[in-house]
Amino acid sequence: MKYFYLIFSSLKRKKLRTGLTILSIMVAFILFGYLTAIRQAFDAGVEVAGADRLIVRHKVSLIQLLPQSYEAKIERIDGVDNATHSTWFGGVYQEPKNFFAQMPIVPEELFDMYPEFVISDEHKAAWLETRSGVLVGRGLMDRFDWKLGDRIPINATIWGKKDGGRTWEFDLVAVYDGAEKGTDTSQFFIRYDFFDETRANGQGLVGWYTVRISDPERAAEVAAAIDAEFANSAQETKAEPEGAFIQGFANQIGNIGFIIMSIMSAVFFTILLVAGNTMAYTVRERTNELAVLKAIGFTDRGVLGLVLGESLALTLVGGVLGLGLAWLLVSMGDPTDGSFPVFYLPTYDLFLGLVLIVAMAFIAGIVPALQAQKLQIADALRR
Amino acid sequence: MFNWISQVVSVTRFSILSLPQRKGSSAAALLGIAGVVAVMVGVLSIAQGVLKTMQSSAGDNNAIVLRSGADSEMMSGLGGDDARIIAEAPGIARDASGAIASPELFVIINMPMQSTGTDANVPLRGVQASAMTVRESFKLIEGRMFEWGLNEVIVGKGARDQFAGLSVGSSIEVGQEKWPVVGVFEADGGLSESEIWVDAAVLQPAYRRGNSYQAVYAKLNTRESFDEFKDSLTSDPRLNVKVMRESEYYDSQSTTVYNLITGLGTIIAIIMGLGAVFGALNTMYTAVSSRTREIATLRALGFRSGPVVISVVSESLLLAFVGGLIGAALAWLAFDGYRAATLNWASFSAITFAFDVNIKLLAQGIIFAMLIGLVGGLFPAIRAARQPVAQALREL
Repeated sequence: MKYFYLIFSSLKRKKLRTGLTILSIMVAFILFGYLTAIRQAFDAGVEVAGADRLIVRHKVSLIQLLPQSYEAKIERIDGVDNATHSTWFGGVYQEPKNFFAQMPIVPEELFDMYPEFVISDEHKAAWLETRSGVLVGRGLMDRFDWKLGDRIPINATIWGKKDGGRTWEFDLVAVYDGAEKGTDTSQFFIRYDFFDETRANGQGLVGWYTVRISDPERAAEVAAAIDAEFANSAQETKAEPEGAFIQGFANQIGNIGFIIMSIMSAVFFTILLVAGNTMAYTVRERTNELAVLKAIGFTDRGVLGLVLGESLALTLVGGVLGLGLAWLLVSMGDPTDGSFPVFYLPTYDLFLGLVLIVAMAFIAGIVPALQAQKLQIADALRR
Repeated sequence: MFNWISQVVSVTRFSILSLPQRKGSSAAALLGIAGVVAVMVGVLSIAQGVLKTMQSSAGDNNAIVLRSGADSEMMSGLGGDDARIIAEAPGIARDASGAIASPELFVIINMPMQSTGTDANVPLRGVQASAMTVRESFKLIEGRMFEWGLNEVIVGKGARDQFAGLSVGSSIEVGQEKWPVVGVFEADGGLSESEIWVDAAVLQPAYRRGNSYQAVYAKLNTRESFDEFKDSLTSDPRLNVKVMRESEYYDSQSTTVYNLITGLGTIIAIIMGLGAVFGALNTMYTAVSSRTREIATLRALGFRSGPVVISVVSESLLLAFVGGLIGAALAWLAFDGYRAATLNWASFSAITFAFDVNIKLLAQGIIFAMLIGLVGGLFPAIRAARQPVAQALREL
């Protein structure tokens, strides 16, 4: 208890300096939290990808289509539970900057394939009844303030209509929520039957297949079997686990993880300097006092603990404030106005932040603390 | 007045000469500011690099024709007849072989990235001979041109460096066929350096495109010919197209990436800058408090508070300036010219670019550093000037 009191009173000694140091540490942890959320947004989906799902696409490129007949062939392969197809619709809502993914899909297959999309039975029924109906994610609906029953015009960039038009109108009849925090609720699902009969060309062709396998352990084996099935055909395939597919996509944008790690290192290095410098100062200024403490019976180790405790108190207050503010900032919404499918601060990283706080307190405090420990009473009192 | 200036000079000189006595805390502030500037310049140089790549893609007098409603080549589609009509439009420059208009096919092909081994959507462009006349900067730098009508490709310099299996002598797999890479080209750092080129007549059947194209690039007689060219095409009832200057087109292609990176970079820089301000404040308050008696003595001797304020602020500005310089130099050394690839969302295809640390960014970085120094020095300076002399002299 006496230590708490001592730590508290030494922090009170120069209130301004203590305050400024806490603020700079706080800033470091705001950045930590914020950048973590950004990295999370870029990697979105990798972590929540179904371990039991594969993506099968055209081997040459993602823009080439596969025949719808592949579905039955894939489902016959040993180890495959179910297969369903999706297609990239690539339309524009009002203007190009309002980007979100739209995909024609078979509703019953979607219900079965994606248990992470939580949809009420009424909405399921409504979607099954309305051919021009769409199922949209809660996040997307909030982004554009859509309501159930709205009619949403989408300008097609790839798929013209049979009547020559390029504006498709869809009825918002169903909404899904994410079962987990990381579930992407920014998607817009169109009914495949409506899409296929309305599009001007490409009937019977789909973009890619999502395949559920019965045993995730056998993912590589089943993927190889699927590719072998279509080898030497006009449309060869490339099958890979959903996580790898999404990761590959994120890699194309750039090595976001590396960039963020570099920035974080620069930030922490900087703040470490500031905090370490402050600690060094407080010890140097208090040489006399520390010597007195030792003279009245505090052990060397006790003094070491005192200085480290001070360092911990500083970083803990600053760090926790910073993490808290980062959390607030992140929950205020994403900085790109809706381009990120998810934007949140994962709990795991909050814990990582706490570990970093303790590590930082130790690194910043250890040198001054060792100095304090080594102080010779007689010498120090004379200074 | 003269007296005042000489006071400023001597106090400032005094405080700057005493800097070495405060090595530790001054160095901490200086390195802190250097870190902020390095990160800010580094992140923003990514956006500058993308922008530069796009801008050097555009020819001054060039125009691009897409299907109306298409925002990029990827989404566009023009029939062979459309391409012929477009080539006949007024305003197009001509040479010995006719109008300089290049109908092109634009698709993507999966190639693994060198850095991660995962697939990227590498642009694959089907061209005719006019593609090289439209792009004045086009130059083969290795190997030879592909033979027209053969399954051969040439690759851009950026594509060769960023994606695996694109050096001369290797070949790319397109379905059942293998297309050998026979040459490497450059194009003044422009977007086409990220691409693979092949004869359009070879690419059309391979991607089942019949006799169709996606865009027509045209070189115009003069910059002013654009309106004439555009009006004639948009009013032609046989066509349903959109005509843009190349510069406008490439600007629109980079907007998303540029805004995203600049936005995030600015937020990061501001938050980090705030941290550095606290660090600088700490340093300067410490500097002032360790010199309390000294400053009080000066004031007792008749130095006025103005010069004292200026001396503290200039010390802080000096630290910030040196820190900014170090940070900017670090960013320049570490990032300028660093090559990377990213995904161009507009065309859903990979682009390769070099980080671009330019003078404008360096200046921005140093100005930002000085701002941090100004804020960090001002409050401690005011405090130093306001301290009652008698009380300060008594302090330890």
